[in-house]
Amino acid sequence: MYTFSSKLKTFSFILMAVGLLGIGYGFLTAPKDIQEVENLLAADSHGGHGEVQHEVSNSSHKENEVAAEHKETTDAKEATEHKEHLTHVLHQLQNKPWAALYVACIFFLLISMGVLAFYAIQQVAQAGWSPVLFRVMQGITAYLPVGSVLFFIFLVLCGLHFNHLFIWLDPEVVAHDKIIQTKSGYLNFPFWIVRAAIFLFGWNLYRYYSRKNCLAQDEATDNNLYKKNFKISAGFLVFFIVSESIMSWDWIMSIDPHWFSTLFGWYVFASFFVSGITMITMVTLYLKSRGYLEHVNTSHIHDLAKFMFGISVFWTYLWFSQFMLIWYANIPEEVTYFITRIQLYNLPFFGAVVMNFLFPILILINTDFKRITWVLVMAGIVILLGHYIDFFNMIMPGTVGDRWFIGISEIASVLFFLGLFIYVVFTALTKAPLLPKRNPFIEESKHFHY
Amino acid sequence: MSNKVIYAIYNDDDILMDAVKKTRAAHHHIEEVFTPFPVHGLDKAMGLAPTRLAICAFIYGLLGLSFGTWMMNYIMIQDWPQDIGGKPSFSYIENMPAFVPIMFEETVFFAAHLMVITFYMRSKLWPFKQAENPDVRTTDNHFLMEVAINDNEEELVSFFKNTGAVEVKVIEKQ
Repeated sequence: MYTFSSKLKTFSFILMAVGLLGIGYGFLTAPKDIQEVENLLAADSHGGHGEVQHEVSNSSHKENEVAAEHKETTDAKEATEHKEHLTHVLHQLQNKPWAALYVACIFFLLISMGVLAFYAIQQVAQAGWSPVLFRVMQGITAYLPVGSVLFFIFLVLCGLHFNHLFIWLDPEVVAHDKIIQTKSGYLNFPFWIVRAAIFLFGWNLYRYYSRKNCLAQDEATDNNLYKKNFKISAGFLVFFIVSESIMSWDWIMSIDPHWFSTLFGWYVFASFFVSGITMITMVTLYLKSRGYLEHVNTSHIHDLAKFMFGISVFWTYLWFSQFMLIWYANIPEEVTYFITRIQLYNLPFFGAVVMNFLFPILILINTDFKRITWVLVMAGIVILLGHYIDFFNMIMPGTVGDRWFIGISEIASVLFFLGLFIYVVFTALTKAPLLPKRNPFIEESKHFHY
Repeated sequence: MSNKVIYAIYNDDDILMDAVKKTRAAHHHIEEVFTPFPVHGLDKAMGLAPTRLAICAFIYGLLGLSFGTWMMNYIMIQDWPQDIGGKPSFSYIENMPAFVPIMFEETVFFAAHLMVITFYMRSKLWPFKQAENPDVRTTDNHFLMEVAINDNEEELVSFFKNTGAVEVKVIEKQ
């Protein structure tokens, strides 16, 4: 049995406390009205980005006006335009703490989903190497119920207009937007929240029964519960791939409701799947270093590292396929998505590729390196940070635009959810023995060597 | 000095593995082992050095990547930078995404083919090569260990008889 070390517990509480303070600070310092934004813009930009754009649009406007010789209306138009600009910036700045919270919230929720998907695949594939890691995976997925509740509350808050993350939730916006109007059969709050509820419920249901059966199997005299787990895992995987795809449209793609991409679901999946596998590796390495996983040897670690490597490449393949197809065809309604990201998010956009592809492929290609703890921890940290950046890139441009910054709000949100994650996961690990007793493949798994 | 060797023949890979370990422990030099299929762990038991073929492949891959990059840069950017369907050909990086499929395939192509050719050269395999079977049964169901004799024929023969060999032959080579 694992005992939650008091140091780690304190550490997780500190993370949560610091995170909460930072999140609170982010919300308190967000501007309340246009007046504040005006002061802010005047203070921080002397011909800054926003101003320049504004002036450019004004001057082009002016030329039109001069041609029409309507001098007196120009002033009025300029004033309303200025006001529109300020409102726009206000919304972006008000979104910032919300979006920071959202990215961290969905990131940790989906990490535990990635682990759950990996776990289900291992069950269905009847993998002979992984049963010694099942309890670790179950421990990590213990975050799922907690994360689901927090995430669901967040979605409800969006629906109650506490923020402007999803512009299609704003009836004011929809009323003036033909494109969103045509999508409102799908993108409307009741349908959206019911879908979210069904997905979260379905995933948690699988997690609950799978773990329950696995624990009961320890005390059983036959393999019935194992077979039952096999069946529900297969069923879950079918449900998962459908719900995952829809989830990615609902929770991430609908941030940019004017844009769509068909392989988006796979892309999001690859991102959190590799993060989940990386998280399994990290937790396993931690528990192993504390002497809790007697039967886990370097071959198990090696296998996990191969998965980290392979799925990192898979993520890159999808990233590039999505980017290259849109870049190549350059259709205006699709390409704006990437233009925003390349112009305003250049470093995070390409930095994510370096962190999620270039670094892991060069480090994890070596067989010997895949067995060295510190190499894997280093690669794992880079991969996890890289995929946080990936989610950041998916969500921030549609919510805060050029007002992005990885500052107190963003870091604090990650710290809070990281603390919560550590607390929940390691608490769950203390609840059951770390080695399943009567799994049909447990002997093979104990002696696995590669 | 005569060039005598012992052919110890086995009909089970477990017995072979055992025999290899015993032979190594007795410090008899194993010239070669012939098996009809890969025996897992045989190289470790024989103490063979690990292969460096993967390192070769990595280097060949880098070579292929460089070749693909150089080729596309020379043809599409340096030599004749045409406007083809509005694609920017002012610098390599601007048109890079269009070259990635080629760079990728060149990498894989070079890595795979050069590695295979390296393998053939290092293992001395080619179409009209004389087969080096010491005993035709080794391609079907027998395992053969070849050990050199240095004036200790009697001792070696009895040693191999004790390792579970179904047949021990002394052969004069060439």
